Amino acid sequence: MNIYVLVKRTFDTEEKLVISGGKIQEDGAEFIINPYDEYAIEEAIKVRDEHGGEVTVITIGGEDAEKQLRTALAMGADKAVLINTEDDVEELDQFTSAYILAEYLKDKEADLILAGNVAIDGGSGQVGPRVADLLDINYVTTITSLTIEGEKVTIVRDIEGDAEELETSLPLLVTAQQGLNEPRYPSLPGIMKAKKKPLEELELDDLDIDEDDVEAKTETIEIFMPPAKAAGRVLEGDISAQVTELVGLLKNEAKVI
Amino acid sequence: MSKKVLVLGETREGSLRNVSFEAIAAAKKISGGGEVVSVLLGDSVADFGAELINYGADRVITVEHPHLKSYTSDGYSQAMMAVIDQEQPQALVFGHTAVGKDLSPKIASKLQTGLISDVTDIEGEGDDAVYIRPIYSGKAFEKVKNKGDIDFITIRPNNIAPLEKQERSGDVSSLSVDITNLRTIIQNVVRKSAEGVDLSEAKVVIAGGRGVKSAEGFAPLQELADLLGGAVGASRGACDADYVDYSLQIGQTGKVVTPDLYIAAGISGAIQHLAGMSNSKVIVAINKDPEANIFKVADYGIVGDLFEVIPMLTEEFKKVM
Ligand SMILES: Cc1cc2nc3c(=O)[nH]c(=O)nc-3n(C[C@H](O)[C@H](O)[C@H](O)COP(=O)(O)OP(=O)(O)OC[C@H]3O[C@@H](n4cnc5c(N)ncnc54)[C@H](O)[C@@H]3O)c2cc1C
Ligand SMILES: Cc1cc2nc3c(=O)[nH]c(=O)nc-3n(C[C@H](O)[C@H](O)[C@H](O)COP(=O)(O)OP(=O)(O)OC[C@H]3O[C@@H](n4cnc5c(N)ncnc54)[C@H](O)[C@@H]3O)c2cc1C
Repeated sequence: MNIYVLVKRTFDTEEKLVISGGKIQEDGAEFIINPYDEYAIEEAIKVRDEHGGEVTVITIGGEDAEKQLRTALAMGADKAVLINTEDDVEELDQFTSAYILAEYLKDKEADLILAGNVAIDGGSGQVGPRVADLLDINYVTTITSLTIEGEKVTIVRDIEGDAEELETSLPLLVTAQQGLNEPRYPSLPGIMKAKKKPLEELELDDLDIDEDDVEAKTETIEIFMPPAKAAGRVLEGDISAQVTELVGLLKNEAKVI
Repeated sequence: MSKKVLVLGETREGSLRNVSFEAIAAAKKISGGGEVVSVLLGDSVADFGAELINYGADRVITVEHPHLKSYTSDGYSQAMMAVIDQEQPQALVFGHTAVGKDLSPKIASKLQTGLISDVTDIEGEGDDAVYIRPIYSGKAFEKVKNKGDIDFITIRPNNIAPLEKQERSGDVSSLSVDITNLRTIIQNVVRKSAEGVDLSEAKVVIAGGRGVKSAEGFAPLQELADLLGGAVGASRGACDADYVDYSLQIGQTGKVVTPDLYIAAGISGAIQHLAGMSNSKVIVAINKDPEANIFKVADYGIVGDLFEVIPMLTEEFKKVM
């Protein structure tokens, strides 16, 4: 089976975030594989181990994203592709990302493409379904279970807490929701092997993409921190006095009841 | 220039979801005086048309087909594209719901437009509309502008106030669309969500975490929620420990809520949890650990044992209500 995983290098949002000069400060920040993409990688490896074939992880990003690709290879992916846009495009939105990924994938005859359901930094959840539409293949989002028998695919997906059971077929793109599996940690031998696995680096030219074709359709004009809340008030005194005070504050100050 | 805006209406368990009314309000702003047209897709939805008009839609278009009874991206996109072809809108507004999240990127891709997802606020009107959305798990926000011909957004439920309901009149028409070649067959939906108040639209949410320690431990939270007309929610920790079903999970993986009042009891405040509730208007934290991260986003905090505090709170609310 020919399996591809879309992997995004993201800012680790568990870490402190600083904005300066209108941009998120990236120096010294922690970067990780988008957590939902880890579920996608794990599932891809499992499907390959059961049905045979090859897992290729792809990312659009700069040189730095090689680290996340090597981690995916160490987990067990076979090959990696870095589409380096650093020199070509300054502004990249979901339209751009999906277009580039689809251009790469269009002649690969993928049976199964896995993505995360959402990136924890950009947070739009658009890229998976957009890529599927451009490739004219079916997609199923926020999946928590995947079973493949021949061409037949049985899936359980999370829809706002309810579980939807459905049937579809390959070729297919799915996006991973938490609960799909427990991603493995790269083993030491895995890390050693990963160093020798192929990592191909491409630029837009290699994909015959013209910069004008991928011009972003949206524009971020400002990034800002949420309006600083008045510092939260931790109440004091004995518990019953605190409870009385809290109810008074909710009624009279916050006016929410 | 004024715009014609198409709005996707959504139903759930036999009634319209609030987010459909909120989307009409958002569309009014974006339209800059233009026309707002609500779209309803399903097997039998025409009866909901009048209510959308009362909430501010100028017109309603319904597409009814047996294949639209359950949502599939193929069925809904065929129906929606047929409406778009007929109406030629300059803007589109969907809810950032399970359906909206799944469908909007496909429609945006077909129209070759940008899509601004999970919008919580709109500044300006008409051509000057600028959209605000949370990024980095809610730690920051961005202002985004559309550069193309069609403004396409999804809105986060409970953030943009609906217009006041009034008796109004407007045209409800139907469009017949041939829905073919569905590549997904829905076999079954296991309903797990609780009866009663819809968590993502609740005005009051009482959420419990691992600190609640058992399924029975949620009883006092439920009692308080019932008193305040709210819903019970939970952290991943409480769901993983099997105290409550995953359908109550709030956060990045679960539901995103923006109630007027959010009470977090025995929840530490991990970023993935905050991503689902930090936009709440007023946040109360009850935790026995004064260092817990949840206090950083709380408006009011009580350091103490939730099993002592919650029942006392219920009694105290009873006195003032
Ligand atoms: C060099 C560069 C420049 C950028 N410049 C801008 C800018 O100017 N303005 C701006 O707003 N944003 C910019 N971005 C961010 C970028 O536009 C979005 O992060 C990207 O389009 C993905 O959208 P999202 O984060 O909403 O992902 P989602 O749609 O939420 O991601 C869902 C899934 O799609 C896949 N996916 C997403 N992104 C990638 C990727 N890059 N490679 C492989 N798979 C992926 C993953 O599986 C992911 O889990 C830039 C990014 C890069 C790498
Ligand atoms: C990809 C990914 C996605 C995730 N998505 C989500 C998500 O959507 N939602 C989510 O919630 N989490 C999510 N998580 C998990 C998240 O990181 C935390 O593990 C989880 O939120 C912790 O739950 P908790 O606060 O209930 O438990 P804990 O962190 O264990 O906190 C329990 C708290 O209860 C307090 N406590 C204990 N006893 C009492 C008492 N008697 N009275 C008062 N306080 C008490 C403790 O002091 C502690 O602060 C995600 C994680 C990952 C990696």
